Amino acid sequence: MTPPKSDLPQGTLDLLILKVIALGPVHGYAIAQRLEQVSRGVVQVPEGSLYPALHRLENRGLLAADWKETETGREAKFYRLTRKGLKQLKTETADWQRLIDAIGLILGMADGGAR
Amino acid sequence: MNWWKRLSRRTQMEAQLEKELSFHLEQHTSQLIGRGIPPDEARRQARLALGGPEQVKEKCRDARGTRWLEDLLQDTRYALRTFRRKPGFTVVALLILSLGIGATTVMFAVINSVLLRPLSYPEPDRLVTLRGFTEAFGELWGCSNLDFGDVKRESQTLALAAWTYGGGTISEPGEPEYLNGRQISAELFSTLGISPLQGRAFRLDEDRPGAAAVAIISYGLWQRDFGGQPSTIGRSLVYDGKTYTVVGIAPVGFQLDGEADVFTPLEQRQDTDPRMQNRAARFLRVMARLRPRFAWAEARAELALIARHLAEEYPKSNAGLSMIPYPLQKELVGDVGSTLWLLLGAVGLVLLIACVNIASLLLARAVSRERELAIRVALGAGRGRLARQCLTESAILGLGGGLLGMVLAFVSIHPFVAFWPGSLPRAEEVHLDWRVLVFAVGASLLSSFFFGLAPALRVPMRGVEQTLRAGAGSIAGSSRHLHSAFVISEIALAVVLLVSAGMLGRTLLALTSLDPGFNVRKAMAARFALSPGTLANPEKVREAWQDVLDRARRVPGVESVALADIIPMRKGENSVPYWITATPPPLNQEPVALASCVTPDYLKVMGIPLRHGRFFNEHDRIGSEPVVVVDENLAQHAFGSKDAVGKRIWIPAMGATPALVVGIVGHVRQWGLAADDQSRVRDQMYYPFAQVPAPLLHFFSSIMSFAVRTTIPPLNVVEPLRRELRGAAGDQALYEVHTMEQLVSASLARQRFLLLLFGVFAGLALLLACIGIYGVLAYLTGQRAPEIGVRMTLGAKPLDVMQLVLGESLVMIFVGVGVGIVAALAAGRILNRLVEGMRPADVSTFAITIPVLVIAALFASFVPARRASRVDPVSALRQQ
Repeated sequence: MTPPKSDLPQGTLDLLILKVIALGPVHGYAIAQRLEQVSRGVVQVPEGSLYPALHRLENRGLLAADWKETETGREAKFYRLTRKGLKQLKTETADWQRLIDAIGLILGMADGGAR
Repeated sequence: MNWWKRLSRRTQMEAQLEKELSFHLEQHTSQLIGRGIPPDEARRQARLALGGPEQVKEKCRDARGTRWLEDLLQDTRYALRTFRRKPGFTVVALLILSLGIGATTVMFAVINSVLLRPLSYPEPDRLVTLRGFTEAFGELWGCSNLDFGDVKRESQTLALAAWTYGGGTISEPGEPEYLNGRQISAELFSTLGISPLQGRAFRLDEDRPGAAAVAIISYGLWQRDFGGQPSTIGRSLVYDGKTYTVVGIAPVGFQLDGEADVFTPLEQRQDTDPRMQNRAARFLRVMARLRPRFAWAEARAELALIARHLAEEYPKSNAGLSMIPYPLQKELVGDVGSTLWLLLGAVGLVLLIACVNIASLLLARAVSRERELAIRVALGAGRGRLARQCLTESAILGLGGGLLGMVLAFVSIHPFVAFWPGSLPRAEEVHLDWRVLVFAVGASLLSSFFFGLAPALRVPMRGVEQTLRAGAGSIAGSSRHLHSAFVISEIALAVVLLVSAGMLGRTLLALTSLDPGFNVRKAMAARFALSPGTLANPEKVREAWQDVLDRARRVPGVESVALADIIPMRKGENSVPYWITATPPPLNQEPVALASCVTPDYLKVMGIPLRHGRFFNEHDRIGSEPVVVVDENLAQHAFGSKDAVGKRIWIPAMGATPALVVGIVGHVRQWGLAADDQSRVRDQMYYPFAQVPAPLLHFFSSIMSFAVRTTIPPLNVVEPLRRELRGAAGDQALYEVHTMEQLVSASLARQRFLLLLFGVFAGLALLLACIGIYGVLAYLTGQRAPEIGVRMTLGAKPLDVMQLVLGESLVMIFVGVGVGIVAALAAGRILNRLVEGMRPADVSTFAITIPVLVIAALFASFVPARRASRVDPVSALRQQ
């Protein structure tokens, strides 16, 4: 049995995609796999919304794409981060971190109160 | 990549998207195969993981951000293809639309040029005319010369100028010819803010009695008689026997209440016109421009103050007289505004019917395309996307119709203006400009939105499955209701136009049957200018007129001839206060009558009935007792049941001696068949031309008209008269010839014009409504063929089926008529307010127009009903 998967919180798919691509140029299928692996199957990344998200990010100038050959000799569309994308990644990561800290603080405080 | 690049490289991008997704699928599949899953199952799993490829592609395209444009292009192509496939529908829809939009655009273009666009003078909103107001006379357009002088001197807030009508025979250069003229004060051009095309305006020292005779001529006269030469300035012109020096040429198209060719200084009129020194003679038109830095409130307050001072100083002429600034634009346009708005309303209704018609056609198509749409939804099209496509389709139709409509408007606007009864003010300014263009495009888009909305809202979303599964013949109830609503509103709109046309028709009928008060047959009137040489000598004027009358009487076909200053139903008026006791009534409470100056044969020429006493004869002359003849209205008002003949009447405008009433004649509808009942001044009196004092003769000669009763068709005597009356010097002219029949019919021109256009619009509305009923019923019964088949298999006769269909259409027709009658009553009230002499809507109007509509509508529903009754049950059931 696989553990039950939770949906991705709203708006985080873009952040995850940016993070994965920040590691180096990569094609769509690899992104899907990487997300699946990294999240250890806990979050469900609907492949159907991956490509629209990629195209949207490309359209906004956060990503750039080149057609390159893969190790198997097939041509694939490789995405990489633009300077703007890198900046976006940094601010969104920081925002996310702050949010997590705040939520952790609230949850921890509630714990203390109960004790 | 900017959006244009993305758009232009669309094919490439589509290919890349396809490649990217298939790469993904292949990778996933091969990985699954690597895990030991059989290839077919692997491919299936990979597909499931990705989701429907078309849906994913759609979302990716959405992400591109140029979707709307791509869609627009695609929808446009699609729509054009559909239209090409249904040329009949397209042609009918375009035709209906272009008619509706074309007619609306023409009306708007006229309204825009005549009513909305400011006058072509600088700062037109600061220009006014001054009007007087008294309780007795109501609003007065004129101002006396002395009042004008006082206001001009005292006003700080307004710069004033004045003009009045004139005209005379120009005998050099060119052939002798009577021309309209205007006498203008020196400030007129500067007040209007314009300057002559060439030369200069009058100087202040030229606008004085006895100053050097100078003239400004019109552009037309300059071209005609002076060949348009620049050397014209300084040349001389013989006008009414006097030599003038031309000092300026007026701008092209310059008008003061109609075109005029010769402009002369106003104050030089002092030499011949005693009214210039009479404070009660309000014959000047005064224009004023608000001076910079003043507000209208200040000008109004100042005018009130000046008027009060004048009233105190000259109570006899000015008591109770107030002065009001009245916007020049409104003055120039007059009452034509209401006609224009009425017509725009009527064509607007026609356009609305056209839209409803096309909406129902489009809806029928949309319903039959429901399956197609459902399939597209199943394939991934969003609801918004499909609605947008429907709207794109109707917008293309609308713009196509609009374009054709604009072409139609462009072609027909000038014929329409020429067709206007009388003269349309500012007619020469009417043309299509950007505002009209915006209006036409706006009207097209609004119409297309209107008729595209219903089909767009019908895009199926829920129950796609049922739609796909259901047979072609099933039809949702809401669409039936919508269709009926369309038919009902079309009929209601048609009723409004039909009843309005009916009301106008009845009104016109009632008005034409009114007795004008004189015999309109075989009579005509013309203006006549005596030789300028004669006019210089007052002693000779009377003889000259007598000579003219004698000569005219000898022309074959002429039965009798008379002179009159006011001809019934032609422009012109001279209202004077009177009273019947030696002590005058309180100021401003005197009764007022229209006074005309005539020669003895006038009664015979016009065929006005003599009720009592006698009309004038050759014994009524200067020196004998002043006499008047009154009409039955005045006799009734002033003397009641007592016999007016032999009574005395005081008319201050004609001197201190009271005049003796010698006769009573019938009332004449002086102001026109329709307008006379509404007129403020309805009493009439006549006084003999022979008793006009000598100093006034020169002035009277310029306003006397010539009235003739003939034994042959009146226009046949015009040429012989012209030849006979040219005079010794060949410079006496007959002009502005009208038969009395023409004048009477012209007095109803507005009503006739409205009736004609409303009749055309109502006919159009009727036709469109019938097409609409036919279309909707044909469609609805077509949809119901299987049901009808079932009914017939169960024993229904063709007649029953026909009854079923006709019954349904009758319900729609009657609901439509009911709604329409309520709306028509409201429309009737508007007509009543705006058209003089209008009869209120009554039962007979409805009784004539409604059956026409019901019969036409039933006829339109008869064809589909018959077709339904001939349905072959077997094939109809097979359709299911």
